[in-house]
Amino acid sequence: MNLLWLQSGGCGGCTLSWLGSGHGSLFHELKDEGIELLWHPSVSEAGVDEARALIEQCADGRVAVDVLCIEGSLLRGPRGTGGFHRFGGGAQPMIEWVRQIASRARHVVAIGSCSSWGGITAAGINPTDACGLQYDGEAAGGLLGPDFRDHGGLPVINVAGCPPHPDWITETLAMLAHGRLRAEHLDDFGRPRFFADQLVHHGCPRNEYYEFKASAEKSSDQGCLMEHLGCGGTQAHADCNQRLWNGEGSCLRGGYACIRCTEPGFEEPGHPFESTPKVAGIPIGLPSDMPKAWFIALAALSKSATPTRVRENAHSDHLLRAPSVKRTKR
Amino acid sequence: MSTRRVVGPFNRVEGDLEITLEIERGRIAAAYVNSPLYRGFEQILQGKVPADALVLVPRICGICSVAQSAASALALADAAGIAPPPNGRLAANLTLAAENMADHLTHFYLFFMPDFAHADYATRPWHATIAERFRATTGSAPNQILPARARFMQMMGLLAGKWPHTLAVQPGGSTRPLQSSEIFRLHRTLREFRQFLETVTFGARLEDVAAITSRAQLEAYRTGAGGGDLRTFLAIADDIDLWHLGRGTDRFMSYGCYQEEDRRLFPAGLWHGAAEAFDVAAIQEDISHAWYAAAGLPQHPAAGSTLPVEEKDGAYSWCKAPRLAGQVVETGALARQVVAGHPLARDMIGGCGGSVAARVVARLLELSLVLPAMERWLNQLAPGEPWCISAQPADETSGVGLVEAARGSLGHWITVRRGRIHNYQIIAPTTWNFSPRDAQGQPGALEQALAGLPASDTETLPAAIHHVVRSFDPCMVCTVH
Ligand code: SF4
Ligand code: SF4
Repeated sequence: MNLLWLQSGGCGGCTLSWLGSGHGSLFHELKDEGIELLWHPSVSEAGVDEARALIEQCADGRVAVDVLCIEGSLLRGPRGTGGFHRFGGGAQPMIEWVRQIASRARHVVAIGSCSSWGGITAAGINPTDACGLQYDGEAAGGLLGPDFRDHGGLPVINVAGCPPHPDWITETLAMLAHGRLRAEHLDDFGRPRFFADQLVHHGCPRNEYYEFKASAEKSSDQGCLMEHLGCGGTQAHADCNQRLWNGEGSCLRGGYACIRCTEPGFEEPGHPFESTPKVAGIPIGLPSDMPKAWFIALAALSKSATPTRVRENAHSDHLLRAPSVKRTKR
Repeated sequence: MSTRRVVGPFNRVEGDLEITLEIERGRIAAAYVNSPLYRGFEQILQGKVPADALVLVPRICGICSVAQSAASALALADAAGIAPPPNGRLAANLTLAAENMADHLTHFYLFFMPDFAHADYATRPWHATIAERFRATTGSAPNQILPARARFMQMMGLLAGKWPHTLAVQPGGSTRPLQSSEIFRLHRTLREFRQFLETVTFGARLEDVAAITSRAQLEAYRTGAGGGDLRTFLAIADDIDLWHLGRGTDRFMSYGCYQEEDRRLFPAGLWHGAAEAFDVAAIQEDISHAWYAAAGLPQHPAAGSTLPVEEKDGAYSWCKAPRLAGQVVETGALARQVVAGHPLARDMIGGCGGSVAARVVARLLELSLVLPAMERWLNQLAPGEPWCISAQPADETSGVGLVEAARGSLGHWITVRRGRIHNYQIIAPTTWNFSPRDAQGQPGALEQALAGLPASDTETLPAAIHHVVRSFDPCMVCTVH
């Protein structure tokens, strides 16, 4: 299976995340899965004239593309011309190249939240009219339109994340290479379900603090970050606390909130990222699938039942009280 | 009669790069550098609460995301009038150093060296060996480097939660308190990386590389035993004379970085044949040749604006042209070490000025200088002591954050009005190095370094041009942002 990777209006961080794959050399991993890089701007040998010639051949069909990976938002501005991003060496805007090659490619994969939904590049006043390949925020559409399907009937596959975990990318590509990715393996937003059917909250080391609503009040506290510091882990679809980052990391293990970077529209949460918006003391963003009345009742109950150990540790940057040791045999 | 040739996309650089060459009698008469991508971060940041900058600015750049975080955290700390506790300062140094060192490694092995595997060099006696080792994606080096780099970046998992794009680097310190057992793990990872560099990259102890003080000693090292990819590079550099290729302005600038208790590991300064007075107040951004609405004269970044326009006479880049007291400067590892007074760095530019070889050697030299400092910082961490203090920025305030990214000097200037970001201006290292012309017609550093090189408008682009461009380790996503 051959793969063409193009970078559009993003930061290149998806590629850098991918290169950090922790399973030996990424290049060997790809080879082992039967994936051949036609071209990738950061790692391939071919530059300038050779690269342009190849892209032209991919666009007019002389070179068949099995998988087109796009990293970075699609910039439609100014005034729909796409002029904020040209592919170097010629006049044609990037969005035109993407449209042409996507119409011929066997599969189209959005790498990262920028090419999935618009992402950070679409934040604020969205100066460049940035969008994703098949979504503009939560709305189906984007550059290729809501009805886009690849030659196998799949929509754009959204390996969301800012950036995505290296394994999300490689495993998605491996599933495609082995013909094992079908429509039922994608969630409602086109994300591969192997990582999107989890919540960041699952496996978070702060779960005990969450249970008792023993909350961190400032950065570097050990408590749960949901009540005050903006954590969206109970609503974010990703397995970040189960499949760890860079060996043994995750946002929560790093001491800061999950900003829901795999979700469409995460770039504009409607409140400061690192603080939790509340109405009458209750966080607005309730955990997924949790009825509000129950949340309030349980929160009140669990707060009153918080063990001293949990309450004190929540407001400290290191363990003040260890779990007590009980002897069961005399 | 001159002909024009538009060259792009340059690959194995971070982001989008295109260069227009004016070719006359087989040489480059003039070069015009452009990044054909504009995203508008300075516009996106306006109106946000100041702390949101910590989420947004790392996403300017996937390769120097921590440097962007660090500059932003410093600017916010400056605006709030606070400084992190010692643990916070040390953690910030370690996080930035881990990114910078990984970048130097990535640049050498993945971006720069593969050019020597190109068929252009098929007649050189070293070509077959070099191609086997450094060929992009299939060579033995890239496949050896990726796992070592990933292993080293596990430091980021512990120090910063994840890389790229962390929120651990805060104005008041680090969100990630480390316990003693975790500090041991970080030591272990550093030791592994040291061993990797000493066997694979240098064939020598880091301390011995750091102690090289002159070109003559570098030559003695090269001919010595021990192997290592730096020796290989030095042999190529002598064979095809990379010491006289890619001379720029020879005016070297560094903001200084890695704050220690009473000094910075690498100090700030300006060097032009000798140390010169360095004043950040003398920085101005010229937009005469960039696609932005003119605000009259060049502005200091604290007063700068970013308003993109579709058409503008004479403009050819999305990159502004920063100048220091009206002068073009070069920034990067070479500049940093020249300013810091490393004898080898000074000696390398003594005869032939800034060059492709000197820039590459300076980067690897930094690996040998910074890794021992990282070991020292780890030893200074004090579990149980504070890691982060809280800060409430004033509603009307301003601040500046200056750091050194792998590629050179990075500055953030923030102005806060009524508790919201009123203006946020960024000048990245490659904005300096790859700037377009200014109102006086002075070409940017790369534009100067390319002028005079052989080129033709019909044949494939000479390898020398690739070497010069990549010797700056450009990051185009940062450049324009
Ligand atoms: S910090 Fe976030 S992810 Fe962790 S337990 Fe609290 S809500 Fe869940
Ligand atoms: S924890 Fe949340 S913000 Fe962090 S990477 Fe995962 S989904 Fe993104």
